[in-house]
Amino acid sequence: MSLELDIDHTPDRSKMTVSQTDIAIEIRSMNKWYGDFHVLRDIDLKVMRGERIVIAGPSGSGKSTLIRCINRLEEHQDGDIIVDGIELTSDLKRIDEVRREVGMVFQHFNLFPHLTILQNLTLAPIWVRGVPKAEAEETAMKYLERVKIPEQANKFPGQLSGGQQQRVAIARSLCMNPKIMLFDEPTSALDPEMIKEVLEVMVQLAEDGMTMLCVTHEMGFARQVANRVIFMDQGQIIEQNEPEAFFSNPQHERTKLFLSQILH
Amino acid sequence: MSDLTFVRSDMQPALPPPVRTTGAIAWTRKNLFPSVSNGVWTIVAILFLLWLVPRLYGFLIGDAIFTDPEGLRGEACRFEGVGACWAYVAARFNFFIYGFFPLGEVWRVNIMFILGIIFLAPLLIPKAPLQKTAALMFFVVYPIVSYWLMAGGEFLGIPGTALRTVPTNQWGGLTLTLIISMIGIIVSMPLGILLALGRQSKLPIIKWFCVAFIELWRAVPLITVLFMASVMFPLFMPQGVNPDTLLRAIVGICLFQAAYMAEVVRGGLQAMPRGQYEAASALGLSKPKTMGLIILPQALKHVIPGIVNNFIALFKDTSLVSIIGVFELLNTVRAAARDLDWSSPTQAVTGYIFAGFVFWIFCFGMSRYSIYMENRLHTGHKR
Amino acid sequence: MSVENGASPRAQTASSILNNPTVRAVFYQVALVISVVVLFWWLWSNAMQNLALQNKATGFGFLNQVSGFNISFALIPFERTSSYLTVYFVGILNTLLVAAIGIVLATILGFTMGIARLSKNVLIRGFAAVYVELTRNTPLLLQLIFWYFLSLNAFPPVRQSWELPGSIVVNQRGLSFPAPAFDGPFLLLVAVALLAVVIVFVMRRWAMKARDVSGTIPSGIVTAAHYTDVIVVFAIAWLLALFAQVMILGEANTIASTLTAAVIAAVSATRYERLARLAIIALVVVGAGVPAMLAALSALPAFLSNGFDAVGAAIGGTQGLEADAGRTVIARVLAFVLAAAAIWHAFRTIPEKRGSRNLRFPVSLSVVLIVGLPTLFYFLSGAELAFDPPELQGFNFRGGWTAPPELTALIFGLVVYTAAFIAEIVRAGIQAVNYGQTEAAASLGLKDGDRLRLVIIPQAQRIIVPPLTSQYLNLTKNSSLGAAIGFPELVNVFVGTALNQSGRAIEIIGMTMLVYLTFSLATSLFMNWYNARVALVER
Repeated sequence: MSLELDIDHTPDRSKMTVSQTDIAIEIRSMNKWYGDFHVLRDIDLKVMRGERIVIAGPSGSGKSTLIRCINRLEEHQDGDIIVDGIELTSDLKRIDEVRREVGMVFQHFNLFPHLTILQNLTLAPIWVRGVPKAEAEETAMKYLERVKIPEQANKFPGQLSGGQQQRVAIARSLCMNPKIMLFDEPTSALDPEMIKEVLEVMVQLAEDGMTMLCVTHEMGFARQVANRVIFMDQGQIIEQNEPEAFFSNPQHERTKLFLSQILH
Repeated sequence: MSDLTFVRSDMQPALPPPVRTTGAIAWTRKNLFPSVSNGVWTIVAILFLLWLVPRLYGFLIGDAIFTDPEGLRGEACRFEGVGACWAYVAARFNFFIYGFFPLGEVWRVNIMFILGIIFLAPLLIPKAPLQKTAALMFFVVYPIVSYWLMAGGEFLGIPGTALRTVPTNQWGGLTLTLIISMIGIIVSMPLGILLALGRQSKLPIIKWFCVAFIELWRAVPLITVLFMASVMFPLFMPQGVNPDTLLRAIVGICLFQAAYMAEVVRGGLQAMPRGQYEAASALGLSKPKTMGLIILPQALKHVIPGIVNNFIALFKDTSLVSIIGVFELLNTVRAAARDLDWSSPTQAVTGYIFAGFVFWIFCFGMSRYSIYMENRLHTGHKR
Repeated sequence: MSVENGASPRAQTASSILNNPTVRAVFYQVALVISVVVLFWWLWSNAMQNLALQNKATGFGFLNQVSGFNISFALIPFERTSSYLTVYFVGILNTLLVAAIGIVLATILGFTMGIARLSKNVLIRGFAAVYVELTRNTPLLLQLIFWYFLSLNAFPPVRQSWELPGSIVVNQRGLSFPAPAFDGPFLLLVAVALLAVVIVFVMRRWAMKARDVSGTIPSGIVTAAHYTDVIVVFAIAWLLALFAQVMILGEANTIASTLTAAVIAAVSATRYERLARLAIIALVVVGAGVPAMLAALSALPAFLSNGFDAVGAAIGGTQGLEADAGRTVIARVLAFVLAAAAIWHAFRTIPEKRGSRNLRFPVSLSVVLIVGLPTLFYFLSGAELAFDPPELQGFNFRGGWTAPPELTALIFGLVVYTAAFIAEIVRAGIQAVNYGQTEAAASLGLKDGDRLRLVIIPQAQRIIVPPLTSQYLNLTKNSSLGAAIGFPELVNVFVGTALNQSGRAIEIIGMTMLVYLTFSLATSLFMNWYNARVALVER
């Protein structure tokens, strides 16, 4: 893995602005257990609007679990998570409200195989937001063009390549007009050529000022797009820093070890 | 921003989960009262159990008669509010297990059971030693020995081995249920494999013949097959050949079962990747050798759960031969229910419960075995 | 073959004609055809010889002969003088009747049990698991004999029949219920019911079309649904109020409960719907909770010492009733709790639905229209609809429709047995849908019900339907076991009685197999069509 972002376009950091006052997500001394296993330990994290955060760490370090707590795909047992001003509790209404504002992209895309690409994109706007069908389709086409596959609109997910499917998945989230996007290893299941397609879309999204939390092993993306890199191990945040400092001068022993293992 | 940089100085140790998420109360909340409507259902279920369990206990154990020390027979169970009459089952136990088999010769049946377990066990336990020998014993030697033990006469014409002959109409009970299902599986396996191979064949006449055979048997209910066997079989035989009822039933069951077995085997054949065929012919193996050495062993191993499930269905279906007058387990229970010596209000029900329990033990055991094999196969794939 | 025929210039074995694949293929197939023909010829000549010896005729002429026996249950007119062909049709129709009723009921029970097996509630899950493992692992024939035995022995004799509400009568001779007279008013009622279905269908289409344009369904529908909710609330409150009165006072006062219900319904229509909900809870508590609690408290010591029957006695005691009546009270409480659970759940979700109801066609509206319009018509028309109820005359019930115990036991047994298999199919189908699908739908903000309806069910359906269809076919084939308990379905009357009497084994078994082959063929045609229709498009 290299520290270079292998895409045809150089990310323009000047377009990516971070708000100083507007908090998107706040997590305070959050703990989570799977049965008796303490997966997330004492997590504190404040994300400002417009931040692009990359969460790295060895597998099993709890990074996916952390972002899945943010839209309550996983329940935390202790501490507070406040997303866009809404505190996450077991109240179903609040959970639905949060999920409407937070988009998520999965490692295995999770497109709905029984619906066409266009239907995949319009399903939630129609059934959650009550957008008229024509308008939803227009928005969907706009995002499909942005991820550069408008010609696939009437195909089924099974007919697309992995990279195309992941771009559709991103577009599907964007159709809900989210304020925050979560990426759970979006490129791990893809071939190198396809990784590039997906990263290009993600860079574009960052340039548009989206608040993003990415669990990824793409260190090039972390260095050139993220404004903060978080390193996790054993369910806790070990170290966080701005990308340049994080890569050039890691502080914690575990971070150094991890970086030496994945970079060569 | 200052909170942009952070380095953990000391690691947070793993803590036990908070009690409110693990204790008995949390378990109750999660499993019994996850929501209001669910809680109501829990209460309903508890009320139902409160209603059911005492009754069930009363019938099966509390008010049941287990022994008949005074030799009262039916009298012992003939009173108001009696539960199950287990004394009756105990008294007729030999009949339920061996049917009309002469009591003095029952040891032969027992030896057959023991041999069956000895030969079958290595086949069922994965990676047991001597599997090939056991397979040969079970599928070839065992049927011959069993026939000798059951029917009597001289073993393969060897003088001095003569046992008292027992005609098939004296076979019965659980023994006969097991015999029919065993013959069913032993005969239908090779037939099913042949049919499955034929169905996969590229030769159109062979293919369509197998398809027609399989689909015809699968389309009709077993009971019509049995009626057909019992009515039409003698009609189609040359004069003087008059197979007995048991043989007719067994022929019907085997043909019927072969069609189902063929479909299970076909599933396994279809699941084989093309690469296996290609690799085998690249090694220069002829078609029969490819099938026999490469494809079939893998495919059959793959469909063991399917075969076991098929066997469960067969085992349950053997009860249908009672309709054409063969005394397998269910029919012995039905016959015993008419035994006036033991007549009591719960005589018939107790018999049915006993029969149901015996069938259940066998089928449930086999279904667990099939699930176990399936899980084993799956983990095998993951590695 | 490619290996042997490889272009090796060295090892040119004399190319034998036996190594030619085409020749081999022809040889094998000709051999098969010849052996099959010889086998059939042999069987056929044996049969002809045997038949000639027994002086039996062949051919289908017997179908027009008089059968000379009676059939206890027939859907078309049948007497001793009817022909064998009529016997055939009576058998087919009876088989189809059992199959049709059995399929509907088995589907309902099977889906319920399949979903129960996935419940979060450990008791519900366990109950469903025990049910499935018990019924799947014992022979159907044994179960049928057991149920038949029970239906003959557990039900009362004719003189002491259980008479259930709605003129339904249960006794050893079967289950009798009122038969509608197929006259003018009845047909009109059927027409109204059909009309209601059409109205709902058209309305739904119109509403969904309008939603495509504006994003929400027309406000008229939303308002209408709001009022139907009020009607539903009224009905619930009325039933509960009536029940509370019976539990407390021992008698019903319809005027008082109507007033109570009207007030609660009116409140539910305002923004104080929480208040209406509280009132309903109060009715539940007053109606069932208080008596049940009192009874439970006084019954506790007795229960600990004497078990369940004592509870009945104690409950009876607290209300000054006979010991036996105590059990009736428990039964009532049980029934009530069940009803209340269902109603409570429905009612609880009304406000939730109201929030997003402008996106979906309201279910309550459809139900109220489809149930309500025919009911309204029934009462407005002066209830002239003629029902022919079963009535005790002499030693038997006459009039109405009677399902003999053989039929009820057969249907009951088939339903219980098949539903266990359906439950497993449903469970497997739902579990087969990747959990990622639920997560993806949730992360898009789709609610629980929408996730199920729009994402999970359409995917589970394509896994469930094919094996479900073969279970339907199995049920139809298994209905032939009715022969063992004396229900006159096809195998019993045709392969059994008709064959015994006429001796035309080949013809009769052939004709019977033809029927089942037709069912089977129809099923596989359907499955092929369905599989082709729902096949996922992939690269």
